[in-house]
Formats: sequence, C-alpha cells, structure tokens
Amino acid sequence: MNEDRSLYPEHDENGKPIIDLESHKFLKLWQGPQHPGITGNMSLELTVSGDEIVESKTHVGYLHRGFEKLLERRLFVQCMPTSIRLCVAEPDPNEYIVSTAVEELGGIEIPDNAKWLRMLSLEMARLQVLLRGVPGQAGTFALGLGYQWGNYLRDLILDSFEELTGGRVYHMYIIPGGVRGNLPEGFKGRMLEKLKLIDEFVVKIDKLIFQNVVFESRAKGLGHIPKEWVDKYGVYGPAARASGVMRDVRKTNPYLNYDQLDFEPHVTTEGDVYARSVVRYNDLQMTVDMIRQILDKMPDGGDIRAQTPNVLHWKIPKGETYVKCESSRGEYGMYFVTDGSDKPRRAHLKGPSYTHANALLDKLLINANIADTAAIMVSLATCPPEIER
Amino acid sequence: MNIKKLLTPFTAWGNVTKDPVTIKDPLNERPGADRYRGFHRNDVEACVGCGSCEDICENEAIDLMPAKDTKDGDSGLRPMIDYGRCCWCALCVDVCTTNSLTLSNEYTWISTDPEDFRYIPGIDKKEWDNNNDKGWKKPEPNYEFYPLKRIQPSHLSPEDRSDSFIEMMHGYSKDQAMQEADRCVECGICTATCPAHMGIPEYIKAIRNDDLEEGLRILYDTNPLPEICGRICTHKCETVCTIGHKGDPLSIRWLKRYIADQNPSERYKKILETENLVSKGKKVAIIGAGPSGLSAAHYLVQMGYEVKIFEKLAAAGGMMRYGIPSYRLPYDQIDKDIDYILSLGVDIQYNINVGNGEGEISLETLGNDYDAVFSGTGLHLGRSTGIPGSDNKHVYASPDLLRWIVEGKEFEVPENVVVIGGGNVAMDITRSMARLQMKKYGKVGVITTALEGEDKMPADREEIDEGREEGCIINPGWAPKSVEIDSNGVPTGLNVVKCHSLFDSEGRFNPQTDEDNKEFWPGTMIIESIGQGMDISYLDGKYKDQLEFGPRGRVQTDEYYQTGLPWLFMGGDIIKGPDVITGIATGHKAAVGIDRMLNPEF
Repeated sequence: MNEDRSLYPEHDENGKPIIDLESHKFLKLWQGPQHPGITGNMSLELTVSGDEIVESKTHVGYLHRGFEKLLERRLFVQCMPTSIRLCVAEPDPNEYIVSTAVEELGGIEIPDNAKWLRMLSLEMARLQVLLRGVPGQAGTFALGLGYQWGNYLRDLILDSFEELTGGRVYHMYIIPGGVRGNLPEGFKGRMLEKLKLIDEFVVKIDKLIFQNVVFESRAKGLGHIPKEWVDKYGVYGPAARASGVMRDVRKTNPYLNYDQLDFEPHVTTEGDVYARSVVRYNDLQMTVDMIRQILDKMPDGGDIRAQTPNVLHWKIPKGETYVKCESSRGEYGMYFVTDGSDKPRRAHLKGPSYTHANALLDKLLINANIADTAAIMVSLATCPPEIER
Repeated sequence: MNIKKLLTPFTAWGNVTKDPVTIKDPLNERPGADRYRGFHRNDVEACVGCGSCEDICENEAIDLMPAKDTKDGDSGLRPMIDYGRCCWCALCVDVCTTNSLTLSNEYTWISTDPEDFRYIPGIDKKEWDNNNDKGWKKPEPNYEFYPLKRIQPSHLSPEDRSDSFIEMMHGYSKDQAMQEADRCVECGICTATCPAHMGIPEYIKAIRNDDLEEGLRILYDTNPLPEICGRICTHKCETVCTIGHKGDPLSIRWLKRYIADQNPSERYKKILETENLVSKGKKVAIIGAGPSGLSAAHYLVQMGYEVKIFEKLAAAGGMMRYGIPSYRLPYDQIDKDIDYILSLGVDIQYNINVGNGEGEISLETLGNDYDAVFSGTGLHLGRSTGIPGSDNKHVYASPDLLRWIVEGKEFEVPENVVVIGGGNVAMDITRSMARLQMKKYGKVGVITTALEGEDKMPADREEIDEGREEGCIINPGWAPKSVEIDSNGVPTGLNVVKCHSLFDSEGRFNPQTDEDNKEFWPGTMIIESIGQGMDISYLDGKYKDQLEFGPRGRVQTDEYYQTGLPWLFMGGDIIKGPDVITGIATGHKAAVGIDRMLNPEF
C-alpha cells in the first residue's frame, strides 16, 4: 500500500488525479447496479489502483420512475399510493410530508388523535429501519448474524404495522386529513411486549457489534466526515450528528406533537463509520423510548381524520410550501406547489440521499479500500429510490 | 488487541439452544391481520355500480363491467379488479359510496392462468368471499372522503309562511352551492334515472368551477324550464343519488335552481347562442302551453321551425301555473322560463280551446294548416272517489280550487276542511287552504287523509313535514267512507275507516279496511285530490279510428311520441308521467321525432 497518498496518483494543476488507464496502473471497476454491496439500484464507477480507490463516481438512472412528474398527474389523494414508493424502506415519512403539504395548502387542521397516531407510525417506521440498519452496518463487514436477529425483530414491527395499517411494507396509513385507523384492540400491550424484546436485542447487539474487535478496527477512522463538510456537502441526520452537528428536525423544528416528548438525540464528534453506527444505535434506543412515551401520552381513541372536501375533486388554492420531517436518514422534505387545480403543480422531494450518495460519497471513497465501499455507503444510509424520484 | 472485545461476540453462541423464531408453515399458520388489505370482495347486491372506486384508483386497476340488470339507482355495472395493476392501497374501499367493497385478509392465491387475476369480486366467486369478516373496511367513524351532510338552503319559518304565498325556500348562496356541489361523486346514476336525462354531474361540475353560463347551457340541452324544475321537480335523481346510501343525497334540485337563478334572463340568448335562429320554413302547432308543449316548442324553434302554441287558459304554464301554489313556484319564475321560450319566436294564442265546439279550433284545421301537431293537453279534470255524498256541490276537485286561487277567484273558505289524497297535489291544496284559513281566521283547520300509510304516501317527505309545521293535520292510513251532509245540503264532515293495505298479493289495487275502526272528521268543505283525469275529446271525430288507445284511455305512441296519425304527436301527462320533468322529456323527444319526420334526410 502506498503510504504517502499525496504522491500517487499525480494530480494536474486543477487538483484532478491524472489517470491513464493505458498505463495499466489503474483499473475501472463497477460496483453495481447488481451487486450485493450496493444499497439499491445505483452503481459506483470506481477507478482503483490495486485495492485502493483513487476516483469514484456515483451513477444513478437505473430506477428513474419520474415519481415527481407522476404526482402532477394525480388527484391529491391519489398522490399517496405513488408517493409512498419514493423511499421503499421507510414509506411513512413520504406519507407524512405529502399529506402535510396537502393539508397545509388546503387549510385542513387534523385532529390531535391523528397527530399522535402519525407520530406512532413515523417512529415505528424509524424503528424497523434501525433494527435492520444498525446491525446491517456490521453486515457490510461480513458480520451478518446481528442483521438476522434485527430482521426478526423488524418483522415483529411489520406485524404491528399490519395490525395498525393493514399493510406490512406500504402502509398507506397517513392520508390527507389524518390517518386511516385508530389503534386496534390490545395493540398497546402487544407493542410494549415487542419493545421489551428490542431492549434485550439492544444489549445483545452491543456485545455483538460494539464490543467486537473486528467491527471496531474496520469502522473506526473509516469514511471520516469533518465537521466543516456537514454544511459544505449537505449532510443530514445521524451522519451530521456523528460529526458534531446537531441536526434533527424533531428537535430543531418540532412538528406534530414531538415537542411533548422527552428525547435528546445523540451527538458525537468522531465523524467516522463507527461514530455514525453509535449514533444510530443510540437512535434505536431513543426510538424505543419515544414509542413508549407516545403510547403513554396518546389519547384513547378519538377522531382520526378531519373532514376534507370531496377527494375526487379537491381543488387547492394557489400556493407553495416546504414540509419536512426527520426520517431515519435525516431531514426529509417535500416542496409542494399548487395552482388552484385538483392536482399538484409541482412536487419536489428533498431527501438526504441525494447529497450523501452523490457528492459526499464520491469524496469519501477516495483512498478507501474497495472492501470498505459498502460500509461507507451504508453508514450514509443512501436510498437510491429517494435520489431518483 | 483488546482480548475482551475479541471474545465478547462469541456470547452469540448462547442462542444455539433456543427455539427458532420462524414460522414453519406460514401459508396455513399465519392469517393476515384483522385489518389486512388482501383480496377484494364486493357485496354486489349493495353495490350500485357508481364507479367511484374506478375514479379514485390511481393505477387504473378497476374497470366497471356489466354484471347485473340496470335499474333505477343501479348502473348494473360492477368493478372488475386487475391484480396486474392493483397496489392494494384500498382507497377504493374508503371511497365506496355504499360500503359494499371491502378487502379480505387473504393474501395467497396461486393460479397458472394470468387471466384469473382479473375478476369481478362478488360475481366471480372466491373462497374469501364469505370465509370471515376480517380485512380492510372503511374506518369508522367520522372518516369520509366526501361530506355526507346536505347543505340546507335557508327558508321561511313556519310562522312566517303559514299565512303567505311568498316563496318559502330561499336559493343557495354561492358558498352553499359550492359546498353542496363538492359532495357529488359524478357517478351519473342520476342522469340515467332522470326522465329527461339531464347532465346532472356536468352542471354540478360547472357550479364547482363557478362557470354558471356553462351550467345554463348544460341545463338547456335537456330542459328548457330550469327555474321551474329547480323548484318543483319530483327529483327522482335525488332518490337514487349514491351519496344517499351513506348520507344525505345531493340537493340536485336546489343546485339546478341556483344556476338558473344566477343567470339574468336578459343574457340567456347570448349564453345559449340563440340570438340568430334560422327558420326552415315549416310550421308546427302545439296544443297546450304546459311543460311538454313548451319543451317541444323550445326545441322545435331552435331547430328552425315556426311554432305556434294554442292555449286554452289566459296564461302559459299549464299545471305548473294553475296547479302549483306560488309559495313553491312563484309566478315570476314561471314567466322567466316561458318568456325566454316565447322570445325565441314562438307564437302563442291564449284563450283558445282545441275541440269540435263553437268558437274552438278543430284538430282537423290544425292538421291541414301545419306540417305537424304536438298535443300536450295535460290532466286538468279532477277525479272523484265516488263515495256517498261526493256529488254534493261543496265537495270540490283540487285542480279547480288550485286554479281558482291562481286566477284570484273568490270562493268560500270555511273554518274546517277535509282533504282526501296523499300525493303532492293533495299537499298543495292542503297547504294552500291552510294559508287561506290562516289569513281569514288566524288558525288552520285542515285534515288530510290518504289510503296509504305514513311511509307509503306518494307525496314528497318534505311536503308532508312542512305541511305539518304549518299546522295541517295529515293523517294517512284512512279510507273515506261517506260525506255526511246536513239537512241544508251542506257537508258536516267525512266518515273514514282504517285502511290496512292497498294492494292484494297479486299487486292489484284492493284496499283492505277495518270497518270497526272508524272516525268522523268534521269539515264543511271536502276536497278530493286523488289524481287527475284527461280531457281528450278534441280527438273525437274523423281521426279517432286511426289512433290506438291503451290502458286508462291513453293514446298509444311510438318512442318519439308519434301517434297513429303521422302528423300528430302527443306528450306530457296524457301519455306518460304525470310530472313536469317527464312532460319536458316527452316534449323534447317529440320535437326530435317531428324533426325526423319533416327532415328525413337528417
């Protein structure tokens, strides 16, 4: 391994590496779009020298479904089944931002009970992502056991989603005006039982991952994001908090009834893959605690939806808004424009993956080992469907 | 190297002795949750095929297919689901106007034939149709995709209207009309049911778009009397309105009135583009300026015919003017509609009767002078019950009294009146007499009876309720037996007996009464309002043999209301109905028929 990275490859006067493939010192290597070490349908065009990456370029375009354009052709209520597919792994923030944008522009105030139910579904969604995501980080280092344990618990949360919303993956629970159902009978009790299992899991996962010399030696120092990059590259959520910047919409711009909950997002300063794992591990515990608080504080039943105009021809006056919430990956926002018709004029999704997987990932991968690309990518929680909306 | 961190992960071996958490046979051991959104099922008897599910489906996975017989209030269509497109969002369930569409909690279905996965739930039987009641249903309560509550226009209170013939219903304000129009799901079942097949969802949409000129154009496509129908239509559309299955049906009638009210009559010709009608040079005579005659005249003059109406009475409108009290239909609103039709170039001669008598114009003359004749002479004769004493001169027929009120004729208004009849005309005379009594005596003394029971009365529910609010006693379920008459030849009241049922098991009219359960209702005036008869004596003479007569003396016509005499068309209450909108529909169709006859090249 070339220890003095400043010498090789040579750089031109613009600071760009001089890469001559004909010299046989470099190799073009594509990671993805079909590759187990990629977080979805995108690919990395890596230029490697030996097993070291000298240049990386993220390619998207494998998944372009034009969702934002599709929304412009749909009634406001019809936007829901489409928008939940903007990010498959965590559909609820999609439901929340689109519904809230419609409500805000349409002048609808949702019932308090619906606010709590929305928070519950948003936190359950975060929980199921983190149950897979935290041990999944170890999975990128071939430590797959925790991932399997996490997937089992995630399945239990999906069972709860099935009870509450009628769907396991695409919940279609939050819709303009409120939500689509109250808590089923006995839901609280069953949920609390599951949270106890997750408490045990949290202890076990600590032993399996964070008390693990393999994980520690691979993750520490890897993919370091300096604090000053947070603003420069548009870093959000847990990745920003791992670099010492407090970014959590729930705390900085409380929405729904988050201001009534007691929580403190974890912030650390190391900025590497290990730090990001620790932050999300703390997020997992915090989410479990928040669900307990929500179940404790929410009312026993009540109205679930405010009466909207007839959804089949609901026209919303001219206006624009930006609605954001905190997804498991970071700030997740929707810029929404209406023009007085029954369909949105423009819908634009702003998720953290766009900056994380493009500009930031290209930068972080330079000088990294090929075997570490998956780890860096997963630590940024990139979600290609969210990039290619 | 940290030895502890090297060894700690091996604690995972502790799980080796634990039972696996996976389900061995998930297809059998793992039913969907109670709310699971699985395969569709549809209660096809409750479903009316409104198509809201098809409208809301963003994947276009639902098509409505013919599956049942079409009838009033039921399109006969049922949703077919294509599981190649469906995403199981269940918005179709939430929007369903009858709550008939639900999802079961079944989620496994194996078939080698891809066509299987496109099916009509409820018609194509599936095992999950009846296996349990689990699965996705519309969440309850207070969860509706459209407001179910009707916006009521303001109206005069019973105290303010009980002695006044001023119109009692106020129209919608713009906000009210917009809100009411918003509730429509545009299923079009109303259009199918309306005798005139008015473009109801389209004009309601025009209200939502605040384009009332477009609304007026849509109204006049099928109905040239919107001010009138907007007030007194029997609104079969509202009876079948799909929103009525879960909530209040749309106020289609008041919405129609709103469009007509908001368009000033002086702009009608411009809006309806009838400023320059071109004549084709052929002439059509119309007998009777009632709804059917006016409707035929309107469409014929628009098609370029020279139209002349012969009207027996001193003003146009027929039963709309002479049969409906002005608190329901003010005369200026009748005039607004009629004046527009006359302004298109329709000629009208009043006070002329078509018949074979002295001073009358004969049908033969009309047949010779005109290329075609349309007759809509209506039902202006009262029918009598024929009970003992009903031939007394103080026993009146409701059409006569209603006409006298319009004409301003003086007649004795007694303190106590008994009305026999349960239809809308009976309610009209009941409430008119109540107003006259209120003016004269400061109190109401009307008892109205009908053979039918409370819920079977043919009158509109609001007519009955409003009549009661005004102090009338409406006492259905009694059969009149005889009119009691004193020594001076003046009635003292009506003897009635309880009526249990009206029709026998074969559906024939055969009232069953309980002779022991009888009552006497005092009244010095008895009014019979049990339906009207027609006077078509003008047909007598040389043409009678060429006409075919059906049940109840009605002349038989073809679908364009052409009789056995090719130049004679007949419509309105004497052929079909009776009601205004049916009259309008027959007049319109007859106009098309006349045009087809006189211009066969089209």
